[in-house]
Amino acid sequence: MVAPIIELKDIRKGFGPVEVLKGVNLKIYPGQVSALVGDNGAGKSTLIKGLAGVQPYDSGEVLVDGNAVHLGSPKDSSKLGIEVVYQDLALCENLDIVQNMFLGREETEHGMLNNGEMEKAASRTLGSLSVRTVKSVRQKVSSLSGGQRQTVAIARAVLQEARVVILDEPTAALGVAQTEQVLNLVRRLADSGVGVLIISHNLADVFQVADHINVLYLGSMVAQVETKATTNSDVIGYITGLKTYEPDLEGAAR
Amino acid sequence: MTTTKGTDTSLAAAVDTAGGATPPGIATGYEGSIADQLRGYVRRVRGGEMGMLPAIAGLIVLTILFTALSPYFLTRLNIANLFTQSASLAVLAVALVFVILLGEIDLSAGVTAGVGMGAFILLDSVANWDWLPSFLVGLLVGLAIGTFIGYFVAKVGIPSFVVTLGLFLGLPGLLLVMLGDGNTYRIQSPEVLAIMNNNLPLWGGWVMLVVVVLVSIATAYYDRGRRVKAGVPVRPLGLLWIRIGVIAVATLVFVLLLNQNRSVSVLPVEGVPIVVPITLAIIWVGTQVLDRTRYGLHLYAVGGNPEAARRAGINVAAIRISAFMICSTLAIVSGLFTASRIGTVGTSFGSTIVLNGVAAAVVGGVSLFGGRGRLIQAVVGAILISMITNGLGLLQLPGGVNLLITGGVLVLAATVDALSRKRSGASLARN
Repeated sequence: MVAPIIELKDIRKGFGPVEVLKGVNLKIYPGQVSALVGDNGAGKSTLIKGLAGVQPYDSGEVLVDGNAVHLGSPKDSSKLGIEVVYQDLALCENLDIVQNMFLGREETEHGMLNNGEMEKAASRTLGSLSVRTVKSVRQKVSSLSGGQRQTVAIARAVLQEARVVILDEPTAALGVAQTEQVLNLVRRLADSGVGVLIISHNLADVFQVADHINVLYLGSMVAQVETKATTNSDVIGYITGLKTYEPDLEGAAR
Repeated sequence: MTTTKGTDTSLAAAVDTAGGATPPGIATGYEGSIADQLRGYVRRVRGGEMGMLPAIAGLIVLTILFTALSPYFLTRLNIANLFTQSASLAVLAVALVFVILLGEIDLSAGVTAGVGMGAFILLDSVANWDWLPSFLVGLLVGLAIGTFIGYFVAKVGIPSFVVTLGLFLGLPGLLLVMLGDGNTYRIQSPEVLAIMNNNLPLWGGWVMLVVVVLVSIATAYYDRGRRVKAGVPVRPLGLLWIRIGVIAVATLVFVLLLNQNRSVSVLPVEGVPIVVPITLAIIWVGTQVLDRTRYGLHLYAVGGNPEAARRAGINVAAIRISAFMICSTLAIVSGLFTASRIGTVGTSFGSTIVLNGVAAAVVGGVSLFGGRGRLIQAVVGAILISMITNGLGLLQLPGGVNLLITGGVLVLAATVDALSRKRSGASLARN
């Protein structure tokens, strides 16, 4: 097994008297899709906000390539190659695909936007992800479907040289065909060597795309299993707390 | 795509080494013949991206209407008047575009111009300064007011409508204090009076024509060259020259008309009014900033989705403050034009023009919700609004009718905009 890009050890985070994360361990591997599932309030959002640097953890270790790092701001995370694609997407609808993919990191020449180069890089990135669904890279985002927007958001993360892409509910608002497209994209993303962490409520999606499934229950990681070695009903059991994961967690995690 | 197992190889790097041109299936909108490009344009218009087409249609309709109704409308004298009358409104509309693109508003732009011109006239006429340093102080007054507005909007978090409404009510008071109750000062400086009332020598008009054409050619070829260098598709060369040709012919007709004697008395009046090249330069620089710089793009981004802009690492507060600074400073330039035309600065200077500026931007197709619209659209809108005032003035209708029609055109333009947007589906949340 390859070494993880990111390893979280004994992560804790509380808000006042409420302990949201109670010593969570998690590993994200290059070239693999890890799923993070759990019911509402299990601590999924808190966990990824910490990784994004938006809301630093109280204690615990974050290792990137085995080195301890501090994620104190979104810039820290971005510098380490961690990109989060949020559920509400954070795209500017009045701008086109290229402008959105480069927003905040535009290339300029003589102080002017270098539109040609940016267009080429954007096309190339979309092409590398085998995106065939958008007509033109100069289309405004307002004219795109939900699935296409998700594609652009993911491509934006890829363009920014992400090594780990965290996807928050990427298929939540999508139809069947679009969900399929996005899941295929997620798979290709991992196949290219990026570590992917996908947060989803949809277990069918998780089973289709993920290599590992990590289950959070009330702030603790109650199960970390290979997708192949588990079943839908088992995972539902872990999520709802009705079933306990038997194998020694510590042993499996190391 | 090969699988890269190494932990330090990002996908983007892998893609870079893989190389490759534009993948099949993703176009750029630059491909195809002139006919394809035209078809694409028609498709966009039908899809609701009207741009300034409604405003241009309005200009054509009004021109035909006023020409039919008044024998004076399409005379050389009136055309020259129309453009000088448009100039200060156009510059004010350009100023307002910067804040309107953010979804903000500056109701105080007119009275800001009043205070700036108040400072100018006190220095120029009372303290006997030269006109240029006096005007620079006026610009600084505008810059300060803009910074003030921007700070309260971006840092304190008060809606710009409220902040600038406060200034709209308060700044006329400041002007009263500065100039003294009911005082009106005559502008002494011949340079300032010349802006609106004098014309370029005939050769000056031709120089302007040459500059306009050369700049169009240079920018078109610069853009094209960079796209070629990047190896992405370019539009057909013919289309580029059609565009340049349209600009060249329009400017040529304009200069030809204005270089002829338009006087109704013995003294000849001929040449392009001095204000025209100044206004063109302001429009050109503003367009370059909005369309070609990172700053301009960020302005659109903040106007479109401030949260997305913030997450992309854009300093949203700085963008907001700077937009108000630009707006208030340009408002002073607009004030200088107005002062030059009426020849005086009084205590009520600039108290009514701002809503015409907003109307100009909206009529031209700039969205008050932010993020949509181009600078040139506001300029076309300003010419349209000025044309209504000018044409109705010639018809000698009562002033009330004039106001009613101006208001009606504004609502009509907003309706066209709203309907086209509904059609394009470009509106989601709040439009």
